[in-house]
Amino acid sequence: MPVMLEIKGLRVAVDGKEILRGLDLSIGAGEVHAVMGPNGSGKSTLANVIAGRDGYQVLGGSVSYRGQDLLALAPEDRARAGVFLGFQYPVEIPGLSTAVFLRAAVNARRKHRGEEELDAMDFLVMVKGRMKELGIREDFLQRAINEGFSGGEKKRAEIFQMALLEPELVLLDEIDSGLDIDALRVVSEGINRLRAPDRAMLLVTHYRRLLDYVPPDRIHVLSEGLIVRSGGPELAGELEQSGYGWLRAEAASA
Amino acid sequence: MNTTTDIGHFLERDYSAGFVSNIDADTLPPGLNEDVIRLISAKKGEPEFMLAWRLEAYRHWLKMTPPEWAHVHYPAVDFQDIVYYSAPKSQSDGPKSLDEVDPELLATFEKLGIPLHERAALAGVAAEAGPGVAVDAVFDSVSVGTTFKKKLAEHGVIFCSFSEAVQDHPELVKKYLGSVVPSADNFYAALNAAVFTDGSFVYIPPGVRCPMELSTYFRINAAKTGQFERTLIVADVGSHVSYLEGCTAPMRDENQLHAAVVELVALDDAQIKYSTVQNWYPGDAQGRGGIYNFVTKRGDCRGRNAKISWTQVETGSAITWKYPSCVLTGDGSVGEFYSVALTNNYQQADTGTKMIHIGKNTRSTIISKGISAGRGSNAYRGLVKVLRGAHGARNYTQCDSLLIGSRCGAHTFPYIEVQEPTATVEHEATTSRIGEDQLFYCRQRGIGEEDAVSMIVNGFCKEVFKELPMEFAVEVQRLLGVSLEGSVG
Repeated sequence: MPVMLEIKGLRVAVDGKEILRGLDLSIGAGEVHAVMGPNGSGKSTLANVIAGRDGYQVLGGSVSYRGQDLLALAPEDRARAGVFLGFQYPVEIPGLSTAVFLRAAVNARRKHRGEEELDAMDFLVMVKGRMKELGIREDFLQRAINEGFSGGEKKRAEIFQMALLEPELVLLDEIDSGLDIDALRVVSEGINRLRAPDRAMLLVTHYRRLLDYVPPDRIHVLSEGLIVRSGGPELAGELEQSGYGWLRAEAASA
Repeated sequence: MNTTTDIGHFLERDYSAGFVSNIDADTLPPGLNEDVIRLISAKKGEPEFMLAWRLEAYRHWLKMTPPEWAHVHYPAVDFQDIVYYSAPKSQSDGPKSLDEVDPELLATFEKLGIPLHERAALAGVAAEAGPGVAVDAVFDSVSVGTTFKKKLAEHGVIFCSFSEAVQDHPELVKKYLGSVVPSADNFYAALNAAVFTDGSFVYIPPGVRCPMELSTYFRINAAKTGQFERTLIVADVGSHVSYLEGCTAPMRDENQLHAAVVELVALDDAQIKYSTVQNWYPGDAQGRGGIYNFVTKRGDCRGRNAKISWTQVETGSAITWKYPSCVLTGDGSVGEFYSVALTNNYQQADTGTKMIHIGKNTRSTIISKGISAGRGSNAYRGLVKVLRGAHGARNYTQCDSLLIGSRCGAHTFPYIEVQEPTATVEHEATTSRIGEDQLFYCRQRGIGEEDAVSMIVNGFCKEVFKELPMEFAVEVQRLLGVSLEGSVG
């Protein structure tokens, strides 16, 4: 199984404060990993640093994506190479139509893969078919990005974009936050439909609920910037029983 | 769309229009007094009435003080330290055929992409695509040439430099000059009336749809000069015309003053569409230099069902201060104002419009888009005035501000004065921001930062862009993209 993402000794600071303190993680193609942990453990930092967001200082370590040094690439280049971040809080961009935005994103990806870019007509046909699958409302394309969307709609839109862009490394930052049962089910179906042997996924989450619907291959527990425990899907149940508190105690005594 | 147009070349930033041309010029020393005015009038060979008009305006001006109420800050202008006349020596004997024009002048306009030689269409656009665009090219204080005059004359359309109009059509000039912007209207209008040098004159006879777009291109070259142009467009009963003006100036450390006056008159059932793409040198990234653009533009919908539309894209100038306005005198007349004003680095803008409803069943539409970036400061100032008796007047105003980054400013000063109970006035305003979050979202989807800003800004401005003549809509999008380089962070 080829390694999609290899993180070694990653140390990251935010505003001078060290958040990730030497993290190691390896995800193979076709695998779904989950990262869980208490607030402040560095879960979102991890996802954002891999995606290339500003405001994070990498102090040491390496992140390699399909053998390539990911940290050396600009965010848009990482995206074009197949890295996708499902945002915890997707922003609104008033005035920019979703159709224009999506077409630009799809074509950026196609161009990178040496495929022909889609013209407006072909794009519309392709997109409308996919919209039906995820139950996205008809006026979605004419609206400005995320404008006036409920929390659930925004998360569904993130999964929809993921389906369009066909990324190889998927990072979902608390995709389940703010979702009710029905929304969670729809979003999870979308994620499961996108599992593939040449795709790796990293789900960042607080709660086990998501993992009931999207069973992971591995679960890692992050605490104070380090992975303190890794295991199979049953780890979610254990955590729910005992909470994160014992982890800190364990880590402290290690 | 990948057609390139001539105007496209001059719109390129990096301020590629910042060069200075080495032209032998006839330049007056700086300073303003009655002798300077007499000299200007003499150089233009003006009839007596014109000189009298100028002098009266000058005497008014002497009694006025510069206005200070706008939301802009600049060191006081020394009016005695400005050169009021500078013209290429080769033009001193008046208008001539293009073969006689100083080759250096021709090269300048060539470099700027302005077609002085008549071509069936703008370069880069297929010949079948349209009838072409007539151009009047103005260099410092004189018009260098006007294309397609003969063809237009066949339709009875007069399109020539203002200087020529004063000589060849004095009755028309006398009839309409100052009827929309009287000399005493404001400080800069008075100054302009005294010292204006050139601009364009357009007259469309009754029932004629002008067969091509008309445009004037203004180029400032000489140092320390002010540019005071005067444009007068008269659309007679039932006529239509679409007019475009463009402009650039060299990069200099000192500010230069541009105080123009534009008067539009539309008679019964006539329509004037006036579009401006303003790209005066905006000053450098530290705010040094740049043009002061203090302009009075006003249209009088004098006849019934007359219509005047102003469309402006203002990206240049250190300071922009202008309110293209419509006086809706005729019953059923319509006034429109579509504007995109951009301020980046240290640019300042205080711009907007005045819609004065006088006749019955008049209608006005105002769509203003302000984009502030860098440390730019952008103010919208608009007046909607409905006089008593303007029965059934309707206005719709939409005023949107977009802030890019966190060090710029946007302000709105709407004035609404309604004295007529049957009037309907609507005003909507929004403010939004492009911040790091929005940009990162785009980048994470594979869209580069510059493309992202460009897409967002174009989406923001599209209601205004769709009012521009087709040839310029594409180039304006490019101009905005370039003007916004380095605007985030």
